[in-house]
Amino acid sequence: MATTVSKVVHTPAVHNPGTDLDLAWVASVRVNRSAAERRAQTLPARRTVKREWQVAWLLRAVRCLDLTTLSGDDTPSNVRRLAAKARQPVRPDILKGFGVEPHEVHVAAVCVYPNLLPAAREALAGCAVRVASVAAGFPAAQTPFRVRLLEVEEAARAGADEVDVVVSRAHVLWGDWRALYEEVRAFREAAGSCHLKTILGTGELPTLRHVAQAALVCMMAGADFVKTSTGKEAVNATLPVGLVMVRQVRDYHARTGYRVGFKPAGGIRTAKQALEWLALVREELGESWTRPETFRIGASSLLTDLERQLSYHLTGRYSAAHHHPMP
Amino acid sequence: MSTRVRDLLETLDYGPAPEDPRPALRWLDARQRRFHLFIGNEWTEPRSGEWFETRNPATGELLAHVPQAGPEDVERAVRAAREALPTWSRTPDHVRARYLYAIARQVQKHARLLAVLETLDNGKPIRESRDIDVPLVSRHFYHHAGWAQLRSSAFPGYAPVGVVGQIIPWNFPLLMVAWKVAPALAAGCTVVLKPAEFTPLTALAFCELLLEVGLPPGVVNVVTGDGRTGELLVQHPEVDKIAFTGSTEVGRRIRQLTAGTGKRLSLELGGKSPFLVFEDADLDGAVEGVVDAIWFNQGQVCCAGSRLLLQQSVADRFLERLRARMETLRVGDPMDKAVDMGAIVAPVQLERIRQLCEVGLAEGARIWQPSWAVPRDGLFFPPTLFTEVSPASTLAQVEIFGPVLVSMTFRSPTEAVALANNTRYGLAASVWTENLNLALDVARRLQAGTVWVNCTNLFDAASGFGGYRESGFGREGGREGMWEYLQRPGKPLAAWPAGGGSVPETDLPPASPPQPAALPAVDRTPKMYVGGRQVRPDAPYVRFVYGPDGRLVGEVGEGNRKDVRNAVEAARSALPGWAGTSAHARAQVLYYLAENLEARAAEFAARIAAMTGESALAQREVQATVQRLFSYAAWADKFDGAVHSTADPRCLVLALHEPVGVVAAVCPDAFPLLGLVSLVAPAVASGNTVVAVPSQRHPLAATDFYQVLDTSDVPAGVVNIVTGDRDTLALVLAQHDDVDAVWYFGTREGAAAVERASAGNLKRTWTDTEPRDWLDPAWAEGDEFLRQATQVKNVWIPHGE
Repeated sequence: MATTVSKVVHTPAVHNPGTDLDLAWVASVRVNRSAAERRAQTLPARRTVKREWQVAWLLRAVRCLDLTTLSGDDTPSNVRRLAAKARQPVRPDILKGFGVEPHEVHVAAVCVYPNLLPAAREALAGCAVRVASVAAGFPAAQTPFRVRLLEVEEAARAGADEVDVVVSRAHVLWGDWRALYEEVRAFREAAGSCHLKTILGTGELPTLRHVAQAALVCMMAGADFVKTSTGKEAVNATLPVGLVMVRQVRDYHARTGYRVGFKPAGGIRTAKQALEWLALVREELGESWTRPETFRIGASSLLTDLERQLSYHLTGRYSAAHHHPMP
Repeated sequence: MSTRVRDLLETLDYGPAPEDPRPALRWLDARQRRFHLFIGNEWTEPRSGEWFETRNPATGELLAHVPQAGPEDVERAVRAAREALPTWSRTPDHVRARYLYAIARQVQKHARLLAVLETLDNGKPIRESRDIDVPLVSRHFYHHAGWAQLRSSAFPGYAPVGVVGQIIPWNFPLLMVAWKVAPALAAGCTVVLKPAEFTPLTALAFCELLLEVGLPPGVVNVVTGDGRTGELLVQHPEVDKIAFTGSTEVGRRIRQLTAGTGKRLSLELGGKSPFLVFEDADLDGAVEGVVDAIWFNQGQVCCAGSRLLLQQSVADRFLERLRARMETLRVGDPMDKAVDMGAIVAPVQLERIRQLCEVGLAEGARIWQPSWAVPRDGLFFPPTLFTEVSPASTLAQVEIFGPVLVSMTFRSPTEAVALANNTRYGLAASVWTENLNLALDVARRLQAGTVWVNCTNLFDAASGFGGYRESGFGREGGREGMWEYLQRPGKPLAAWPAGGGSVPETDLPPASPPQPAALPAVDRTPKMYVGGRQVRPDAPYVRFVYGPDGRLVGEVGEGNRKDVRNAVEAARSALPGWAGTSAHARAQVLYYLAENLEARAAEFAARIAAMTGESALAQREVQATVQRLFSYAAWADKFDGAVHSTADPRCLVLALHEPVGVVAAVCPDAFPLLGLVSLVAPAVASGNTVVAVPSQRHPLAATDFYQVLDTSDVPAGVVNIVTGDRDTLALVLAQHDDVDAVWYFGTREGAAAVERASAGNLKRTWTDTEPRDWLDPAWAEGDEFLRQATQVKNVWIPHGE
């Protein structure tokens, strides 16, 4: 299939196969909240990019975008609209102004509810944008495990390239790492060749240490990405949460050699925020991690602001939202 | 732009992100890049006719010419401050508060100009001057506007110390202006300030803000210049107090120069602060802590965490992470908003850093620096880590004042504390562990004025900052900082015979032999009291003690330097136990002393009367002594520390009152018993151990008193008594590096000698040469004594899980 050929670009060479559950390792995780918050607070002030450097960063952010719609009123029509925007996320005249060809910039994936998978697949046929589906009782993980597992299987069968699963917050709250491990292991099996992203729902986890431990257990269980939030919790992705997660990604890589991706999601609406997340990952994990294979930003309205900032860099004038095609 | 965007899209490089220096350069141009002295609210030419250059250390560019103030200039500045003092010190609290508040506001209004100017002059990253220095400056003035408003109510009975000479360093040029000027003005002092010669510009810009807020003339005067100007200020007789921040070396010299002048002194000096990482720490958090500890302001920070102490079990993992982090640091144009480290302040400083690194290599230490190179032009030095370092290494002992970290390992918390305290300095420390029990226990045992738990280099106007040991004395910030600029005026003189004054010759034999009695009295041999034992003097010589009629009352031993040495040894070894005794238990000992003294009141009164001839007064003295013991038994568990309200509501800052250590109490001649107890009791109540030199003229009250000590459960070595020639013994004590404080109540000459000799280890001195009415509790007991007996340690504990 032509589609699979083009998608090779963004597919990691290998899945994270995971490891055995190492409870001693999990127990040894330490996170000092105040220290993490200080780092998260000062990092954006320590790293800023201007002019063409910023243009490049904004475009990189576009490439790492999981353009998302997860609403009760989603229908094939608005999903098709989103898919169209995903193929051509930045106006060609703007890209050309920077010497970039339109085909060089598309978002990483479109992320939808399972019911909308067929519509998304159809709309993105033949292009390199991947199709992701949430699953496993999104967003609260409060449906029977059997049903959640079935959702993952269904998503894989329906042709999702990536599955964003939610994990049981209860397992984290109880510190039942084995249960969490086994749950994610099961999703991993069910997802087959799909890329598995595990959503921690960090806004509902009690401490940063729980966040770090949950991220680690998910990686041990074979997650290809650890993702902060569903976008439905009261608190979305925050930099301190992201910081402790990427540090776990780094430790896991150091100990196992497997590269796991990181995806902040929820509440990321401005280009400035996107640059901060990029800087965080670049600083803590290095440039190689800031590519779509290992870094995604889950967002819906962010793209418009990225495009407006790009337009500003080209023209020197602040742009209006209605000057850019809506997703 | 276009081809670059495509390339950059692949590399995701950081580009330049420069702050625009032009507004600050225009500001300099508008002043013809030539500044004047700020005296009496006028910009005046230096009478010295001398000028010097100040340059941008990142580029070498000449920024401005600044006057080198000479003797006449300092004279004029001090006179201006002196003339302004009567009015300013009596300016109502609320009015002074308004001025300080206006200064805080004015700093905020000009925040960016001040930040850019600071970075131009000093070389520190604009991010730091913008986000840390300048906000702390305005915060300091806001906080002290509050102390101005509250001075009379918060410090009743206290008045400003007068004209203050302030000398500040180049590492935080404007922040140090704030730390010095704000409390002085809040207290009602007037100021002559000398900025560092490398970095005078923001202090001069600050003067313009003072003109804008209409601060009365002469309240703040700024004289620029090098160390010569500073020395003129230090030696000026019309300056009542010197406040200095800078090197320990210069601090020592200032201590010597001010000895015997009666000038108050506060010194904030160097450090070699430990950074302790325990195995259960958040290692990534601690790595970032190291960045903030030693690569903040290029390591040119007196409290920089420059000695990394790692628990052995995590040392390798930690160093691996640290090296990886060092690779991602960015060094370069300090005006760039995205650099972590800027330029070293001056060529001489860069050279010193290089030389010390050479010494380290020659001694066998292993150096590690990131793979990238620092810019060739400008004064840059890369972040540097030394391993294979031991406490004996030069690098582990000497303050480098640059971005150079040395690392050592420890095996246990006890060893960690021992290594941490194995230094002359005691400015700050940082402790990393997720175990609160361990963190607080270690924090208590560290000898440092500030301990940061799981954080580092945090500052706030509400918390005092200052050192233990040779890192200086006095505090800046908070209530404890205000005491440095306040004094109690109008102390009434003693009603009774001379406190200081001359002492009669006592080494002559009795004029007439004692009358032979029918049955000779059993000989009593008063001895020294050292380590809980009555001991004979090292070299048996005798001092005769006479009554008022010239009759021999008794003899005491003539103490010498070895007796002092033994007494200090005893006091030192008793210190950990006594300081670790509960306040309640210390109070019980003091009550027990009172009880046993009371039981022998008549005998003590008779003995004192025999020496002084004042029978009624002697009885009052003994009763007052019993009361004094009660007072300090009472105080023992009540001279509490504080919890400071700093800017971060999720950070507990505990101001702990800790004992100073081994205190030498050189007692007044008058009131031989009461004078002794008035000094010993507050020291002991606060957890210090004491070497007391009792009244030289009437020592027998003290030698009788050791029998009371012996029977009152006072642990051995807590109180030691050495009799003999007061000023000889005082000098030995002042020179002793294991004595932490000397309190001297004798003559002016003696006080001068003590202060001069104290420079050796920069021990705290408290000298009082005026007679004091020891019977009056308002003047002879209470918080003045307890503040001398304690030092404040601020422990920062950010919390939140």
